Formats: sequence, structure tokens, C-alpha cells
Amino acid sequence: MSAPGKLQKALDWFDSRLPIITLMKHSAVEYPTPKNLNYWWNFGSLAGFMLVVMIATGLLLAMQYTPHVDMAFDSVERIMRDVNYGWLIRYLHMNGASMFFVVVYIHIFRGLYYGSYKPPREVLWWIGLVILLLMMGTAFMGYVLPWGQMSLWGATVITNLFSAIPVVGDSIVTLLWGGFSVDNPTLNRFFVLHFLLPFAILGVVVIHVWALHTVKSNNPLGIDVKGPQDCIPFHPYYTVKDLFGVGVFLIVYCVFVFWYPDALGHPDNYIPANPMVTPPHIVPEWYFLPFYAILRAVPDKLLGVLAMFAAILILFALPWLDSSKVRSGTFRPWFKKAFWLFVVDCFVLGYAGAMPAEGVWITIGRIAAVYYFVHLLIVLPLLSRFEKTLPLPESIGTPVLKQTVMALAFLALFAVSGPAFATGSAPLRHQDWSWQGVFGTYDEAQLRRGYQVYREVCSACHAMKLVSFRNLSRLGYTEDAVKEIAASYQVVDGPDEAGDMFDRKGLPSDRFPSPFANDQAAMASNGGALPPDLSLIVKARMGGPDYVFSLITGYAPQPPEHDLPPGKYYNTVFAGNAISMPPQITDGTVEFTDGSANNAEQVARDVTAFLQWAADPELEERHAMGVKVVLFLFVATALFYALKRRIWAAVH
Amino acid sequence: MLNSQLFQQVPHVGVTTGEGMAEHPIKQTSTTRRDFLFYAATAVGVTGAAVAVWPFVDSLNPAADTRALSTVEVDLSPIALGQAITVKWRGKPVFIRRRTEGEIAVADAVKMDDLRDPQPDSARVARPEWLILVGVCTHLGCVPLGQKPADPRGDFGGWFCPCHGSHYDTSGRIRKGPAPANLVVPQYTFLSDTLIRIG
Repeated sequence: MSAPGKLQKALDWFDSRLPIITLMKHSAVEYPTPKNLNYWWNFGSLAGFMLVVMIATGLLLAMQYTPHVDMAFDSVERIMRDVNYGWLIRYLHMNGASMFFVVVYIHIFRGLYYGSYKPPREVLWWIGLVILLLMMGTAFMGYVLPWGQMSLWGATVITNLFSAIPVVGDSIVTLLWGGFSVDNPTLNRFFVLHFLLPFAILGVVVIHVWALHTVKSNNPLGIDVKGPQDCIPFHPYYTVKDLFGVGVFLIVYCVFVFWYPDALGHPDNYIPANPMVTPPHIVPEWYFLPFYAILRAVPDKLLGVLAMFAAILILFALPWLDSSKVRSGTFRPWFKKAFWLFVVDCFVLGYAGAMPAEGVWITIGRIAAVYYFVHLLIVLPLLSRFEKTLPLPESIGTPVLKQTVMALAFLALFAVSGPAFATGSAPLRHQDWSWQGVFGTYDEAQLRRGYQVYREVCSACHAMKLVSFRNLSRLGYTEDAVKEIAASYQVVDGPDEAGDMFDRKGLPSDRFPSPFANDQAAMASNGGALPPDLSLIVKARMGGPDYVFSLITGYAPQPPEHDLPPGKYYNTVFAGNAISMPPQITDGTVEFTDGSANNAEQVARDVTAFLQWAADPELEERHAMGVKVVLFLFVATALFYALKRRIWAAVH
Repeated sequence: MLNSQLFQQVPHVGVTTGEGMAEHPIKQTSTTRRDFLFYAATAVGVTGAAVAVWPFVDSLNPAADTRALSTVEVDLSPIALGQAITVKWRGKPVFIRRRTEGEIAVADAVKMDDLRDPQPDSARVARPEWLILVGVCTHLGCVPLGQKPADPRGDFGGWFCPCHGSHYDTSGRIRKGPAPANLVVPQYTFLSDTLIRIG
């Protein structure tokens, strides 16, 4: 007996006792799939792929993360700075959340257009909505974990939604918090739930697929499969097509991860959580914006919350709101128009949700919110009664629809840039920085000059708690030079045998020492204003390096009409134009050891470069890896596409 | 033989259809090209997935801040003759004992045949006066006793592990009990007469 024969026998032996191989074969190989599915059907498998990516990256992050209010923020920064490839795993996870929602929203809109919620797929649709709700809860709690300003205040605002419930609302909120505000118990339980829920999602996904395989896939024509001639086996046709889809998707995903990792987040979340100060503009993550806009559209607290929840819950009734017998929008001329109007409405809601709740945006938000419900509650029921639909084709076999790659264009639509909030400040002075662009790198000499500026000027008031002396080797210093620099600082250590703290020379493994013993001391020495820690300042400000550069060089004589409080300085860029920091950098402030020009502009540019490096030390590694990864993905995706065409040649 | 087996796994269009599903004739043109494509795509896909696993695995290795702490400098000047101190290095205790003439002589005099893990005392110290050991029993990782004056030092005047009864001598060599090897001598250098760097 040959070896494969023996193996087959062993597999049969196992399968007859636990038919897992038969199960896999039925559901992933033989599963009869309509042969006319277009690329919009790729997003289901993409969502499954993203769930796996999120669980894998999330598990590794959880192994490094500390769910404690005093340590959470720093533990995330440790992942970014010290854990091997930690920045990659965290950026994959962080951007993965956005990608997951992009994919799932497209998947949902595909279902809406092709009537995938209609009989016999109502339960399948419901289970999908349950997954969406679980995802929203998971994403919200995940965003709390880094314990930045947006984490804390997002958690505060969202949990306060429940206080709208009459009578028991406040008790429920206290129960959610485990205290009298969002604090350590809240963070702890959110961590536990954020860890647990993805596995709940995984379970519900299995049920989703079970329901799908019971009622079978819908298709772009929306007509029932007439017989086996309309179907092809899932493998190899759709496995290879899904593989190609994963390739294309990964390229988009990786562009974000390697070049725009923070584009979909908020700079405020790089400021450690502070329960005493709310950021000026609280905005949820983009994927919640349409619902947030509906919440804000209603001027009553309870009704607003109800409207927001209703916006999702109403989708459960969709199979009855739209009772048209024709599933696919392709054969419903008016439905098609209404559908796209609804898509536009959702984008308008999203945009309005990102805007400050003032002026014209309130009106626009309200109109869009009302239309959201009008579409679902009035337009769809009326259309299903009065619309004259086009004749349906006899069978799937007759016309195989032309496939398009419009999905990509749709993806691009989602890339909404964060809106900048003007506060009467001057526009930023945009500079050409060496680290921008696909291959951008730091200029070591510039970083060393910037470090000199920080040390001689900024460090008198500003700490950089997240940077260690050993990190300076990335500025081109040798190991001995780093030791020498470290030894030139005094750091507090201890306690010694007598229980006293003592000063010693710095070691490469020490962090930069702070100029003040604590925040209170820092404020007392600076007229009541706390000089912010500069480790993450570039990431923590809208506009990044351009903002920091513009601020440093943004001092101007006080205009006569401008009222300046005592102890403040006039700055054209700073919000409110009154800043506590006196102008620090003038021509010749620093005498560069390498003899470079030391006019104020140059000094400001150099120190900004150093601060950029301090906030984003892994940038060069990220760009270099990104180029390799994306090139590889192009090759792999091209191969998958060629293989897909080969395999599908017989069907077309 | 191997080749033909591999070829059987190539998806044959039109053959692997389920119950009565549409059968499509295999296109007779250039099956070799499909085979090549299949192998190339599989190879690239598998390679990509395998390489992508590495960053995830490597994230579990010691992080840069942990690695930066992997050396520690110890000032020896406060340690009196016959005294021992314990310092922490890589999360483990390191025993530093300033040995007396008598302890050194005893350690030197031991015959190699009496040792389970034969090693002369001279091979375990840079300067005979200073014995520097990782204070972790080589049996199952407990910390042996013998650092404090009142501690039991075992039958050989060195250290005694209370977990399973291993006895170490004044050179930190295993003499009795279940441990298979001598206490480990960490890598260290004398930066001056009174300063060492461990690691």
C-alpha cells in the first residue's frame, strides 16, 4: 500500500469518528456557490480575515499591555518603542480596527443593495447585525485601553449615554464605571471585555456562516439558484478569488500601517488621560461618526440616545420594511437611486458628526438624520409597493454580470481626512521634512543638532519621559558617546541601605531625567502652566511637525486690539493666541557643535526634527519595511490574479 | 514519483465539482502554465505568510528596555572579607562572596574525582578572593541559602538549597543532592579593583 493510501485510511478512520474533515469539505470546498458573484462578495471573507488579524495582533498586544491607569499609557508606548516589532503589531491592530469597519460596512451595503436580507436570509441578516453591535462594543472598549485623552473622554461620553435612561440611568452608569467616574476599575473591566468579546464575535461568525450555508449565498441577480448548473464549488473558484481580494486589501491596509499609521486616529490620544481637562473637540472614531451625528441631531438627551440606538436596531426590521419580491437592486430602478442617496446620506452624517456642533452643521446633521429614517421607514415600504421592477432573467446561467473592481474606488471614499478645527489661529507654515515620502528618513546630523537645542534650551522646563539615553544611538552616537552623554546627567536612584534617595551618574538605560520633581513643582515654576512632556508632542498635535515648528517661530508683537492676560505671550499659532511659554529661540540661541547655521529658523527646524524622532523613533524601520512588504504584496497579488484568471477561464 | 503526487494536488478545473454542479471542460491549452502559476502563487503565498509570522514571534523575545538592563555594575568596596552580598541581574540573584584564605584553600584542595561536575576552582574565578555566581540552583531554579551569616551552608561550607537538598561547596560546585551541575558563573569583568560589570 502506498503512503498516500495509508494516510487516506488514517484520515477516514478519524473522520468516521469525528467528521471534521467531511464538515470542512462540505463548507469550504464543495459548498455550491452561485457562479456569478461579483467582487462585492469578497468583503465577507475579508471581514473574516480581519477578525483573525485582530485576534492575533490583539493577543500579542495583551501580553505586553498593563491595564492600570498609571501604567496603561506608558505600557502602550513601551510596545511602540521597545518591544520587538511592537510598533508593527500595534499599528496593525489600531488601523486594523478601521479596516475591519470599512470591510464590514461595505459588506452591509452590499447586502442592502442586493437584498440579501430578504427571505430566506432574514436570520442570516440578523446575526450579521449582532456581529456589528458586538464589533462596535469591542472597538469602543479597545479605544479606551491606550488611556489617552480621547480614551478617557470617549469612555466618559459613551458610558454617560446610559444615564439618559429614566430612573435607573445613573445607577447603571455607576455600575459600568465601578466608581464615580471613569477610572481604574473601568479600565480594568474594559480590558477584560475587549479581550473576551472578539471570541464571542468569532462564535457568532460561525453561526453567521452556518446560517449562510443553510440558505446559500445570494447573488448579484438576486434570483434563486435554479439548479446545479448555476453553481460552482467554493474551492478553487472562490478561494482563489478571495485570496486575490485579500492581496489587494492588504496593499491598502499596509499603506496605512507603514505610511499613515495615525491618519485615522486623533492626536489627542497621544496625550495621557487627564480627568481634569476635556479636549476641546471630542470626536469618536470615524466608524461611529454617522451614529454620533444622529445622537447630536436630536436636542433632547434621552431621545437622542434612543434615535442613535434605533438607527441600528431598525435594520433588524428591514426584511419587513422592504417587502419587494425582487431582491437585487439591479432590477429596481427607483430603489437603486434611493440606495445611492442613502449611501450619500450616511457619508453626510459621518462628515457632520466630525464637525463641531455649531452653525450650518447642526442643520445638515438634522436633515441627514431625518432622511436616514425616512429612507428606511417610508421610502423602502413605499417603493416595495409601487415600484415597477424590471423583468428578472430566467436563471443565473443566462447572463453572467460583468464584474468591476469598483470596490477599490469605494475604499478610497472612506479615507476621510481628519478635519482641522480653526480656532482663530494663523495657518501652519508647512516645511519640507526629510522623513516625509515613501522612502523618508531622518537626517542624523539634524537630529543631533536638535538634541543639542533640546538639552540646552527646552529641557530646562520640558521633560521627555519616554526617551532613554540608549535611544540616542539612533542619532549616530557611538556606544561610548552615549555612555558619556548619560554620565553627564545626574539621575535620582535609590533608596540606598539607609533608605535615602541619592544622585548618581546616568546610565544608557536611564530615561531622560525630568527638570521638575513632579507636575506641581513644574507648574509652580512656570506661572501655573504645566510645560507638556515633549516625548510625543509631534504626534499629539494636529499638524504634527508643522505645528511645532510654526509654534516655536510663531511669536509676534502683540497687536494693539488683542487683550493679553498677564504672564502670557502672543503667539500666532497657539489656540487663543496667548501662550505661557516665553519665546525661547532667537538667532544664535544655540552654538551648534558642528558649526551649522544657527539662525532662529534653522534652530527651530532642527529641534522639531528631534521632537519628531522622539515621538516616532521607528519611522525609518517602518518605511523600509513598508517598501519591501508592499512590493511583495504587488507580486503576490499579481500572481493570485493570474491564477484566478486561469482557474476561472472555464467559467467565463 | 514525488512529482506526479504533487501534480495531483493541483486544482483541476472541471474535475473537482460537487454533486452535479456545472462541469467545465479542462482547457487543453497550456496546462503547464497553470501548474507553474499554481506553484508560484503557492510558493509566494506560503513564503509571505511564513515571513509575516516572524515579527509576531519575535515580539515575545526580550524587549529593548529589558535588553538594556542586561548588564549591571557593582561596587565591591563595601564588602568585607568573608562577607557576601546579593545583587539582582536579569531578574535573578547574583551571589558575590569575598572569600577568606581558608575558603579558597578548601576549594583548591578538592580532587576532581570527587566532583559531579569537575571544574577546578581557578576556572571559576577571575580573582580568587571574589567568587561571583548566579544564585540559582541548577536543579529546578530555587535560590540556595548561605548568603546570610545565620544561613545553613550545607555540608561543604558553600550553599544549601532548601527545596530539594543540594549542597554546594566554597567554589559553588555541586557536591551532594539532586542538582546536576555547578552554580553558573556569569560573564563579568573587573573594570577596576573595586568595580565589576556583570553581563
